[in-house]
Amino acid sequence: MKAAAKTLLVPVLALIAALLVGAIVIVFTDPETLRAWASFGRNPGRALSLSWGLVSGAYGALFVGSLGSTRAVSETIVTATPLIFAGLSVALAFRAGLFNIGGEGQILAGAVGAAYIGFAFRELPMIVHLPFALIGGFTLGAAWGFIPGFLKARTGAHEVITTIMLNFIALSIVNFLLKTQTFLRPNRSDPISKIVSESAELPQLLGNQYRVHAGIILALLAAWGLWWLLFRSTLGFEFRSVGTNPNAAKYAGMSVGATYVIVMMMAGGLAGLAGATQILGIRKYMTPGFFGFGFDAIALALLGRSHPAGVVGAAFLFGALRAGALRMQADTSIPIDIIVVIQALVIVFIAAPTLVRALFRIKAERVAEPETFTKSWAS
Amino acid sequence: MSTIAVGAAGGRSEARARATGVAFIALGVLIAWLFGAGSAGDGSAAFGLNGTDQFAELPTLTLPASGTGYLLGFIAMFLGGIQLARGFEGRTLLVLGVVVGCFVFAFLTWAARGSSLNLFGMLQSTLLRSIPLTLGALSGLLCERCGVINIAIEGMMLTAAFMGVIVGSATENLTMGIVGGAGAGALLGGALALLAIRYRVDQIVAGTVLNIFALGMTSYLTARILVDYPDLNSPGTFSPVSIPLLSKIPLLGPLLFRNNIFVFITFALVALVWVGLFRTRWGLRVRAVGEHPKAADTVGINVLRVRYRNVILGGAVAGIAGAYLTLGSVGRFDQNMTAGKGFIALAAMIFGRWNPIGAFGAALVFGFADSLQNKLAILNVPIPSEFLAMAPYLATILVVAGVVGRARPPAADGQPYVKE
Repeated sequence: MKAAAKTLLVPVLALIAALLVGAIVIVFTDPETLRAWASFGRNPGRALSLSWGLVSGAYGALFVGSLGSTRAVSETIVTATPLIFAGLSVALAFRAGLFNIGGEGQILAGAVGAAYIGFAFRELPMIVHLPFALIGGFTLGAAWGFIPGFLKARTGAHEVITTIMLNFIALSIVNFLLKTQTFLRPNRSDPISKIVSESAELPQLLGNQYRVHAGIILALLAAWGLWWLLFRSTLGFEFRSVGTNPNAAKYAGMSVGATYVIVMMMAGGLAGLAGATQILGIRKYMTPGFFGFGFDAIALALLGRSHPAGVVGAAFLFGALRAGALRMQADTSIPIDIIVVIQALVIVFIAAPTLVRALFRIKAERVAEPETFTKSWAS
Repeated sequence: MSTIAVGAAGGRSEARARATGVAFIALGVLIAWLFGAGSAGDGSAAFGLNGTDQFAELPTLTLPASGTGYLLGFIAMFLGGIQLARGFEGRTLLVLGVVVGCFVFAFLTWAARGSSLNLFGMLQSTLLRSIPLTLGALSGLLCERCGVINIAIEGMMLTAAFMGVIVGSATENLTMGIVGGAGAGALLGGALALLAIRYRVDQIVAGTVLNIFALGMTSYLTARILVDYPDLNSPGTFSPVSIPLLSKIPLLGPLLFRNNIFVFITFALVALVWVGLFRTRWGLRVRAVGEHPKAADTVGINVLRVRYRNVILGGAVAGIAGAYLTLGSVGRFDQNMTAGKGFIALAAMIFGRWNPIGAFGAALVFGFADSLQNKLAILNVPIPSEFLAMAPYLATILVVAGVVGRARPPAADGQPYVKE
């Protein structure tokens, strides 16, 4: 219990600190409240009550929008689903000492694969079609992850550079594909793909009025599977050995290069599933542009300390923030982008525990330092 | 031991030189085949060379499409042959530039076969599009030469573009807008330095965080403030400045000497950073800190101070790049308007091998690919524009993987320094 409290301490404090800074941003970007603060000397009560009203209104709407009703909970789960996959992808790579910034590209690859199989094979029964589309998404994501893994193993090219570049290459390829006759929806000139057939859709869990779909079950299974792989299997032990000390792993007889390739493929596959479940469960067709989970995924892996359970928890938290922020924007006209700021702050506070320590005046030994992931561009 | 190591390294570099020679020849064959044979019998290409307000008008350059393709292909093959036979040693990069130039020009001749192309307009838009990339790459270079990885160029540019608009509109003074942009960039540079140096956060995590923060904050403030106060989002743009006499030289004058202030700033900064890094004591110290901080510390260089100063300076340069996007180009801020330019700048830095002039060259190549994308529709070219869009990224992967040449980053890049 004590150990659990210890691991949770920094993430929880980081979240609180981020929400506090977020509140300050909200207060000091509201013109009326700012004016009240300017005349703080004459009427301190007004400035304080306006600020309190603003912040409690925003965070209250955030809470109601994420957990306040069945629909809200459904939206939270729906938003968390792809985040779990993407976060697991980054976490797995972190465990093997790799930094997968390529989530966005792998998500696009997986989404394209799932969408294509979804709309191209219309006659298949669901029991074949849906798994086929999911496997297609996983495979394309894995293929996109294979490239940086292979390049790192063979030439030492740093995966951060190659994955960043591959993100934009994937974006261009998708833009191109969406103009081809294979993908383009008939009678449409804007780049929008055909619609996935019903036999490839992920089933709704709570009927048609709620969006929550079976993807969440797959995501939780993937998290459990990854936990088993990492902490109960020989392969996972090798991954973690390579991550902790590649040289020691090499002298113990493990193939560092092969590990890099396998890990990047699995990470790519997981990210691919984020894209696939989003297409098959929510969107039903492809449009140009990034999905935007790739960068959240880095935050999730850091917040979850690269542990599958931690990632799941963090993904639900971010899912709740995202889902609630829509309600907040509608109710209080505070733009949804404040969530992105809060997420960035969470990562800062987690990555720099000394900051949190200073902020909350905690003694040094209670906060564990995070491991450093990257060594250098060159290797 | 050491002789063996040297021998092996020599063998590897020889093999690399040979591979480069083969690559040049292959590219030459490709040029001759695609653009020489590919435009056989299609007539000639006409290139317009004139800007406005010159001493004299240049005649339109008319070239036989097929012959030009063959000629340029043979030049590339010839250079490849020399590279194989005896190598160009230190000038390999220059020769690479010439070969790439041959490819590009042959491509243009082929694309414009049977019609005409305004070469002047093409060059001008190439230069303009390379400006933010060059400045961004200089920013990355200033940081990485002293051992701090900067992947926050994108976020710095975005924040500076935003601040540039606000300050420029509020003061109704565009120059103050540049200062505001550079200041915002420097502030983010300071944040990166603090996280990377003081708190020893993983530098890639720190950079990623700054990118996310910049995107979130500028989008939030745009929706919260700029939408309600559109006056703050209309600073106007810089108008071109002509340098007397020089700007009237045909072709080169309007191209190089009649531009908005950012182009001149970029020229000056490229030269300044190059001279600074390779010809001054400051540069020697920066490079020492980036290659071997412990040794630098031993001889009395304050490693952390050098890093702080450079990263903040780098932030300011990225800030100027961001200010260009709003004050030098479109004149208003839009959410996420950098759209990956910071990452192309990073690519240009790597492609240019952490050298200011190399980075400028790489930025020009990427800028050309970008401006060509918009011309493809009117040209006679069966290439989807998306493939040109991904060319810079693909080229960068080839370079970091060592397929074409080899990019070696500073040895201590990304490693925090702890004084013992």
